[in-house]
Amino acid sequence: MDFSFYLIIIPKLLSGLPMTLQLTAISVSLGFILALTLALLLQTKQRLVTLPIRTFVAIFRGTPLLLQIFLIYYGLGQFRKDLQFVGLWGFFREPYWCAILALSLNTAAYGSEILRGAIKSVPKGLVEAARASGLSYYLTMRLVVLPIALRQAIPSYGNEIILMVKGTSLASVVTLMEVTGIAHGLISETYRAIEVFVCAGAIYLTINFLIIRGLAALEHRLSPPYLRKRT
Amino acid sequence: MIDVLHLLGFGDGGWGKSLLAATLVTLLLSFSSFSVGILFGGVIATFRVGKYRILNLFGRSYCTLFRGIPDLLTIYLLYYGGSMLLTSTGKLLGWDGFIGLPTFATGMLALAIISGAYLAEIFRGAYLALDKGQLEAAQALGLPKWPTLRFVIMPQIMRLALPGVSNVWQLILKDSALISVIGLVELMRQAQIGAGSTREPFIFYTAAACLYLVITVLTGFFFKYVENRTSSY
Repeated sequence: MDFSFYLIIIPKLLSGLPMTLQLTAISVSLGFILALTLALLLQTKQRLVTLPIRTFVAIFRGTPLLLQIFLIYYGLGQFRKDLQFVGLWGFFREPYWCAILALSLNTAAYGSEILRGAIKSVPKGLVEAARASGLSYYLTMRLVVLPIALRQAIPSYGNEIILMVKGTSLASVVTLMEVTGIAHGLISETYRAIEVFVCAGAIYLTINFLIIRGLAALEHRLSPPYLRKRT
Repeated sequence: MIDVLHLLGFGDGGWGKSLLAATLVTLLLSFSSFSVGILFGGVIATFRVGKYRILNLFGRSYCTLFRGIPDLLTIYLLYYGGSMLLTSTGKLLGWDGFIGLPTFATGMLALAIISGAYLAEIFRGAYLALDKGQLEAAQALGLPKWPTLRFVIMPQIMRLALPGVSNVWQLILKDSALISVIGLVELMRQAQIGAGSTREPFIFYTAAACLYLVITVLTGFFFKYVENRTSSY
């Protein structure tokens, strides 16, 4: 075992950590806002509203994330003149923003399905009771349905966040140097795949472990005492 | 519009044929790795519900590891790690230069390992959801171990696991696009090649997206159908 090699590659891999965390944090936050909006819009039974949303969700859940990143970065790059004309070229020129856009849209599609299911799982009686007490539709949503739905969605949404952490590794194919991109570079430089894999893998496992723990704590805090799982 | 039809068509200078062939490679890759993945998942799930602590621990680490780290990293490990092993063996035998692993087999193995990790969790969940009375009844009837597995456990687990298995199939189908990074010409890679040589990335990536969508939707219908057929109520 050659420890000095680990001492060389660990700092190099860690230098990609901020990029991985940034991509995850920004796209998960943007994706969550969009997912919540879509899930709420789906509550209206207007076909004119639900049909486009369903199409969007089907497209982003039915195609590979890698393809979505390529389509946004290279595919839209083809329309440089038009994008320049509307002033969006500065955005689509940067692989960073393209990756964030693709990741956000992707997680929004999956997240909206999770949140839709969670909203659906809120007992009808609660909604009826709230309406009977004179709460408006908006207040019922804000004070009764969403607090319960969001709490119930935490475990499944946690899985989606883990998938996003893993998804950020695809940003390396559009030249962003996050942990996987650096790992790839190190492997082709040093020809020592296993050591690099062990270190990069440990970084990802740590991130995921912290996320799972954090969400479990959040769920515990948001649950009324009789629903709390013993820890 | 005519240009698009010409580019994606089957005539002279059209890419239709190669795109369809690449779609076939994607299907073949996903299907074969999914089948091997079911085997892996079954074995790991047996480890995890069994009583041997060491196998239990192995199964748990396997699942945590391959569900927690990016699939791209797993693919790099198998491809470069395997190729380097092969290259150094080649050096011993007097062959100089880089020897790459066959990309299809490597990709298949990588996807099988990843899907195995997800499937093991699903099978385990299905086994735990199984009514314990079923096992006791089988035991009380004096059914030996293998027939119990074959006629009592398996049919019920398969039904319970079906929704999860269908999800993993979709996941693997989309993950197969990642195998393009090690150079296997499947749908994603073919779209890249087409985009590169015609300078029409938008058309090619959109076409590839449509093909992926067609596969996921069609196989989704198939799984829905099987689910409806096998559910008891």
